[in-house]
Amino acid sequence: MSNSLVVAVFVVAGVPAIQVGYAVLIEALIRPLPDRLQWRLRPWLWLAPALAFLSAFLIYPALNTLYLSFLGPTSEAFVAFKNYSFAFTNEAMLVAFRNNLLWLIFFTAFTVSFGLALAVLTDRVRYETVAKTIIFLPMAISFVAASVIWKFVYEFRPAGAPQIGLLNAVLASLIPDFRPVAWLVNLAANNFALILVAVWVWVGFCLVILSAALKGIPAELLEAARVDGATEWQVFLRIILPMLSPTITVVATTMVIFALKAFDVVYVMTNGNFNTEVIANRMYKEMFNFRDFGRASAIAVILFIATVPVMIANIRRFRHQEAIR
Amino acid sequence: MSVETVAGRPRDGVVQSLIGTLRRAPLHAVVIGLCLLWLIPTVGLLVSSFRPPRLVASTGWWTGLLPPLQFTLENYVRVLNAHHMGRGFLNSLLITIPATIIPIMVAAYAAYAFAWMRFWGREILFTLVVGSLVIPLQMTLIPVLRLFTGLHLVGTFPAVWLAHTGYGLPFAIYLLRNFMGALPKDLMESAYIDGASPLTVFFRLIFPLSIPSIASLVIFQFLWVWNDLLVALIFVGGAPAVAPMTVTVSNLVNSLGQNWQLLTAAAFVSMAMPLVVFFALQRYFVRGILAGAIKG
Repeated sequence: MSNSLVVAVFVVAGVPAIQVGYAVLIEALIRPLPDRLQWRLRPWLWLAPALAFLSAFLIYPALNTLYLSFLGPTSEAFVAFKNYSFAFTNEAMLVAFRNNLLWLIFFTAFTVSFGLALAVLTDRVRYETVAKTIIFLPMAISFVAASVIWKFVYEFRPAGAPQIGLLNAVLASLIPDFRPVAWLVNLAANNFALILVAVWVWVGFCLVILSAALKGIPAELLEAARVDGATEWQVFLRIILPMLSPTITVVATTMVIFALKAFDVVYVMTNGNFNTEVIANRMYKEMFNFRDFGRASAIAVILFIATVPVMIANIRRFRHQEAIR
Repeated sequence: MSVETVAGRPRDGVVQSLIGTLRRAPLHAVVIGLCLLWLIPTVGLLVSSFRPPRLVASTGWWTGLLPPLQFTLENYVRVLNAHHMGRGFLNSLLITIPATIIPIMVAAYAAYAFAWMRFWGREILFTLVVGSLVIPLQMTLIPVLRLFTGLHLVGTFPAVWLAHTGYGLPFAIYLLRNFMGALPKDLMESAYIDGASPLTVFFRLIFPLSIPSIASLVIFQFLWVWNDLLVALIFVGGAPAVAPMTVTVSNLVNSLGQNWQLLTAAAFVSMAMPLVVFFALQRYFVRGILAGAIKG
């Protein structure tokens, strides 16, 4: 305990000192060299710490995981595509694939459309800032905390007992003869119950970005359309929506990535039981519970391949931005 | 509305604004309704965390808002002491502060090179950084775990500091490079003409001028690490001496089951710091999100 405190103090004070020292040192080292050589070496020296971290924690591990995915549980025997055929035939994995597809479709659709609707609606009220802050608030807290919040909302007591979960209590008071639902167990509802938690958290993100883009649309343009007799609905469909579409794409791709990687909510709320498994949680189980590094790696690679289209889209968009800069 | 109409026909003005308000009523209803919908689950958590156990288990938290009011701090005392949340809070701080400080400077150096130095391979390397923004962490966990096992770092704080530095870098470099690259070129050139060294240019010009984006980044990384479950779960695990609050709370969800008064209190303890950071520095947080919308 006191040991870790000492180390932490060292990190807080020492690390910045070392980092500044590093820059001073490299500059002092290359100073005696001829100018041209200095300018050729300098970028690499300034980049070196970052490149070291990126290689050690992203590039090398990613390549290594690809390699491990063709080996057995303890990474000794070569098994070719056996881990992949497992991943695409195992029943739990197929459930996970189906659920990630549900996440992909419903999580993305809900967050983006809620975010867009809220951006347009809050733009028209005077308490916009307050409203946006409230919707955005869940972004600041952890998924673990969000999961506790919603597990309590979904809490189920058998019919007849007083419902302490908000959702069942509200439905019971609105609908006569309502039979309380165990939202996290019920096979028809539980995946959506989990997705809803993530939607609650991420709508704020979509709202903030879309709202900023909405403010970027010139007011004269919207005014002109209204003067010409366009209804609010037409203004939205013909002007706002097309002008926001690049931003909607950015937001939607971020949501897609999140949907593919969904882990925390599932891990905390159901741990994948009752047919709520997702790929990332399955990978965790193969890695920690079953100690099969081959299968876990293969699942990670599949997850990675699913994100490649988004990666390419991001790189293209970045190149395009650079070209017009 | 001009002054004349207000002065000349006040009644019309009142009627008109009343009609306006009524026509906008559905809009207000929807916006306020959604705000309430977003707020109420958290309010439920907060209220329950202050209620006595027997009431939490037998009545809905909303009944606790009506008299007779019965609130207690007992739940907080219990989770902080008996359920390791006090220790967890300290662990979260010990993990998060270094894991926020280390990557910033590393990223700032790299961003400086990417933005203001010419070298062969610059475009390709930066494209690699942009590409690595969305690499799923899962793709790196096993080799990094093996690396840390070899170094005997598993279950220690330095493991998460290093891991979070590596994982946070692509976004940090991306954000800072875009910001630094947009700084005026003339400024840099005139500094060089005046004989300033790259070192001076970085510490006297670029770093101070980048403070707004560095502030966003600090908040972002802080919240990201504070709220992280996966990385902590794998590299430090659940031992009370090192586990951050996210791991502790997720374990409590299993071990405490129906003890909602304790679970809600524990969850609220873990939310306190992010909420303070959020309310104090919301502007920078939002700015960071807007500047780097492709972080996964």
